[in-house]
Amino acid sequence: MMRGDQANRLNNGGLIDRTAPLSFRFDGKNFLGFKGDTLASALVANGIKLVGRSFKYHRPRGILTAGSEEPNALVELRSGARREPNTKATTAELYEGLEAASQNRWPSLNFDVMSVNQLFAPIFVAGFYYKTFMWPAKFWEAIYEPAIRRAAGLGRAAGVSDPDHYDKAWAHCDVVIAGSGPAGLAAALAAGRSGARVILCEEDFVLGGRLLADGGTIDGLPAAEWIAGAVAELTAMPDVRIMRRTTLFGVYDGGTYGAIERVNDHLPVPPEHQVRQRLWRIVAKRCVVAAGAIERPIVFAGNDTPGVMMASAMRSYINRYAATPARRIALFTNNEDGWRTAETAIAAGLQVAAVIDARPDVSPAHRSLASKGGFPVLHGSVSAVDRGKAGVRKISVALTGGARAEVEADGLAVSGGWNPAVGLTSYHRGRPKWRDDIAAFVPDGAPPGMVAAGAANGAFGLGACLREGFEAGAAAARDAGRGGNIGSMPVADDEAFSLTPLWHVAGNGKAFVDQQHDVTASDVELAQREGFQSVEHLKRYTTLGMATDQGKTSNVAGLAIMAAVTGKSIPETGTTIYRPPYVPVAIGAFAGHHRDENFHATRLTPSHHWAAEQGAVFVDTGLWKRAQWYPRAGEKDWLESVTREVKAVRSGVGFCDVSTLGKIDVHGPDAGAFLDRVYINAFSSLAVGKARYGLMLREDGIVYDDGTTSRLAEDHYFLTTTTAKAGLVMQHLEFCRQVLFPELDVQLTSVSDQWAQFSIAGPKTRDLLKEIVDPAEDLSNEGFPFMGAREVKLRGGLKARLFRISFSGEMAFEISVPARYGEAMARNLMLAGKPFGVTPYGTEALGVMRIEKGHVAGPELNGTTTAGDLGLGKMMSTKKDFIGRVMAGREALTVPNRQVVVGIKPTDKARRLRSGAHIIPKGETPGPENDQGYVTSVCFSPVLDQWIGLGLVERGRERIGEIVRAHDPLRGEDYDVEFCNSVFYDPDGGRQRG
Amino acid sequence: MRIICPFCGERELGEFTYLGDAKPQRPAADAGEDAVYDYVYLRDNIAGVISEYWYHGGGCRAWLKVTRNTLTHEISAVEPAAGAGAAKVGA
Ligand SMILES: [Zn+2]
Repeated sequence: MMRGDQANRLNNGGLIDRTAPLSFRFDGKNFLGFKGDTLASALVANGIKLVGRSFKYHRPRGILTAGSEEPNALVELRSGARREPNTKATTAELYEGLEAASQNRWPSLNFDVMSVNQLFAPIFVAGFYYKTFMWPAKFWEAIYEPAIRRAAGLGRAAGVSDPDHYDKAWAHCDVVIAGSGPAGLAAALAAGRSGARVILCEEDFVLGGRLLADGGTIDGLPAAEWIAGAVAELTAMPDVRIMRRTTLFGVYDGGTYGAIERVNDHLPVPPEHQVRQRLWRIVAKRCVVAAGAIERPIVFAGNDTPGVMMASAMRSYINRYAATPARRIALFTNNEDGWRTAETAIAAGLQVAAVIDARPDVSPAHRSLASKGGFPVLHGSVSAVDRGKAGVRKISVALTGGARAEVEADGLAVSGGWNPAVGLTSYHRGRPKWRDDIAAFVPDGAPPGMVAAGAANGAFGLGACLREGFEAGAAAARDAGRGGNIGSMPVADDEAFSLTPLWHVAGNGKAFVDQQHDVTASDVELAQREGFQSVEHLKRYTTLGMATDQGKTSNVAGLAIMAAVTGKSIPETGTTIYRPPYVPVAIGAFAGHHRDENFHATRLTPSHHWAAEQGAVFVDTGLWKRAQWYPRAGEKDWLESVTREVKAVRSGVGFCDVSTLGKIDVHGPDAGAFLDRVYINAFSSLAVGKARYGLMLREDGIVYDDGTTSRLAEDHYFLTTTTAKAGLVMQHLEFCRQVLFPELDVQLTSVSDQWAQFSIAGPKTRDLLKEIVDPAEDLSNEGFPFMGAREVKLRGGLKARLFRISFSGEMAFEISVPARYGEAMARNLMLAGKPFGVTPYGTEALGVMRIEKGHVAGPELNGTTTAGDLGLGKMMSTKKDFIGRVMAGREALTVPNRQVVVGIKPTDKARRLRSGAHIIPKGETPGPENDQGYVTSVCFSPVLDQWIGLGLVERGRERIGEIVRAHDPLRGEDYDVEFCNSVFYDPDGGRQRG
Repeated sequence: MRIICPFCGERELGEFTYLGDAKPQRPAADAGEDAVYDYVYLRDNIAGVISEYWYHGGGCRAWLKVTRNTLTHEISAVEPAAGAGAAKVGA
């Protein structure tokens, strides 16, 4: 294998494994890196400076940071169905065969056509979406938006289904710690030694945080050795769990934390049966936020030139990855900490071109470093960057006092100070407070149970980080009730920190605040001039901080510039509200395994497998799969099958699994009284051994649900609900029982899953039943009359519940057997019914027969109809109180012109009726003013040999025989229909009583 | 967010269903339309501590009266809602 170029790789040092080379492709070219690299560090090692084009102006961009705050180095990672846009090269772990492509360029990264956008920059200024493209409205959808999306987009989604799995998991612990830098490790040591159950989350794949790049001496040991010792100690503790590649991204009520674990993102493809990512919900008594701080840029003209990099990131690349971003480095800093980059560069044998320090004074130690290193210290600011083909070439410096200087360098390190990562501590609408000494926002309180420590709390010195972390970890464990010996605190020196705030250097040329969204300093100023004074408005108008990096490197600078132009202080200007997630989290991780056929649970009826054998077509009704019809060979469409099933029932016998109905056993001496209060009609008067149709209202008087309830004993009723409302009615009845009517002695038991229930219907029903039921049971009209209900013994001794109720209008029974016998019952019915030509029927035939009988169902019980609307007003008892009684009597619910259920059929018998068609009087113009209702349910009636339907129509019942228009603009149809009795078939009900 | 069900212990939010303010009490049968109208429709929109109904449908099926601060989501008490919405006799 080729050794590869890696011209910018140091020969020694770094946390990379030089014995493990990894090949990868970037924009179609082959490169080599090492195990331990990120994609960004491998690109740096290979001298790649240009990694993408910017969002609006398509400006060439390089790598700015070395962490999850990266705004520029976003790539499309992997290919095909696994292509993932907007992936940060700075956090993507290198693996063998990695493929990545730069984004937002066409045709190539080096020559991009869209960079002409820069010439039209005036139209892309702050608020351009609002100003330029708002009129005419139609143009937005058709022209502007697609054009903008093409020109100003980021990466491309894969466009096909994600082939990988994602997981969701819960974890519980005493103390969760975000971050494994010095503060996080110290916190984990203290909490772990106390005996606390600890979860330590680190988003990196290596523990150590800034120690990995900046080193230091802890307890007299080099940082790397101290980390190794600490990690070994923690690993040996049985109740400490270290989660690498895991970002704590949010905090939720009751000490619940969201974390995303990138389980296998560092592999080309997850191993078999493993997930790519896992979403954790961690419940913790205490949380220590040791998430560190983010170094902030200084805004100056040309600050987005490839080769301009955060000073700390430059140290990360040199020290951690042994990769040199430049050969001759200039440093622009306003603080002491930035100087470390000069030290690092010299130690790595690189040239330091100059240090441009915005502070009036530089420490004697640094002065002597400069003289030893032979580079000048320039007091002033960078005012411009001259860009060559390979990025930074020459830097213009405005010296304090007005003179100018130029520095030749191929890399510019920038340090504007550090911003504590205040996201997690601010997610419950917390507002961080301003600290003048470090010119940064720090947490001001935190959600209950959470505390920040170390750099996340504004304590930047190594000694302070260890101290704060250790103390926070010990306190958290103590609060969680753990009191073990915490041992001794790790100790290190504190470095001096001095900073002179500097946010923005005035100059010519574009100076970027938010590099990911291409928001410039002048955009912020323009927004202020146009009256966007509040930071929340500024954010939305300029889109500053609204990209996938959430403004981690830009928000505070934006506020500072806003403050400067308004003449207010930064704390007076305030921050926007912080919201999770801290890093982007894939929707796939939130969905977990709940996708495709596992999007929700699937409920199968007891006879499902038998029905599937029969070739049934299934339909989803809620969570249920129900047999819709049973096609037979030679049938050309569903209508032919359904029509056959209906005819078979009406002329012989058929059966249908109706187990999906909600079923509730109501027990107790007050069961009847209870049902009287929840149904509009009386049930206490129902005789034992009888069934009755019942209607329930909501308390506001609108119909809630219906079903048949039977009295099996003096103190035992069996109640059924519709399939859709099964769970809700149970909940409602429990509310009535527990909360409203506690004085009633009644108990409710959900038995929906306990009973398999079949409707057996047709003139030959009794013949079939006699083959199933014990011969001693009297099934005659006298022995088992219409609306009878009782327990019966089946042949073989099994007990069943038998109800003589009919939804089809035929002579019919419903039979319930324990659910485990459901499939056997279906097979038995087929076997025993063979001589009678028994026909299984599905929900379509069920629906056809209910429409023929004018029974209301879901389309009529639609949450707007009253009992009167459904033609069931007479059922409302006047002798008792019941839920919904008073409100049902309100004027608007009882006026005569309400839309009520009526039968509808086309005057042209050959015509198909469609539900949803609007009812318009003849001669009137279709429109809301003439709209009198609509068709709710339709079917082809085999009995009447034509399409029929039910509708909700103004005064419908008074208009039988009237001919009106069915107006259906959705389907472009308009035809005449006639109102008729809603009971199309056997209006006297003789067949079901026979 | 978790709720400590008096019957099942501390359980996750997903097991519970929210109903709303537990203050209104169902008026007696003869209370008249205005009283029922108030009961059905009128609710205070409280910024602070409120007592509200939650249903432990994923557990014991008990209706609970939960005292919660709508500003902080802090739950200070959970008790069975038995009889909480019953008409006050003679009130
Ligand atoms: Zn419970």
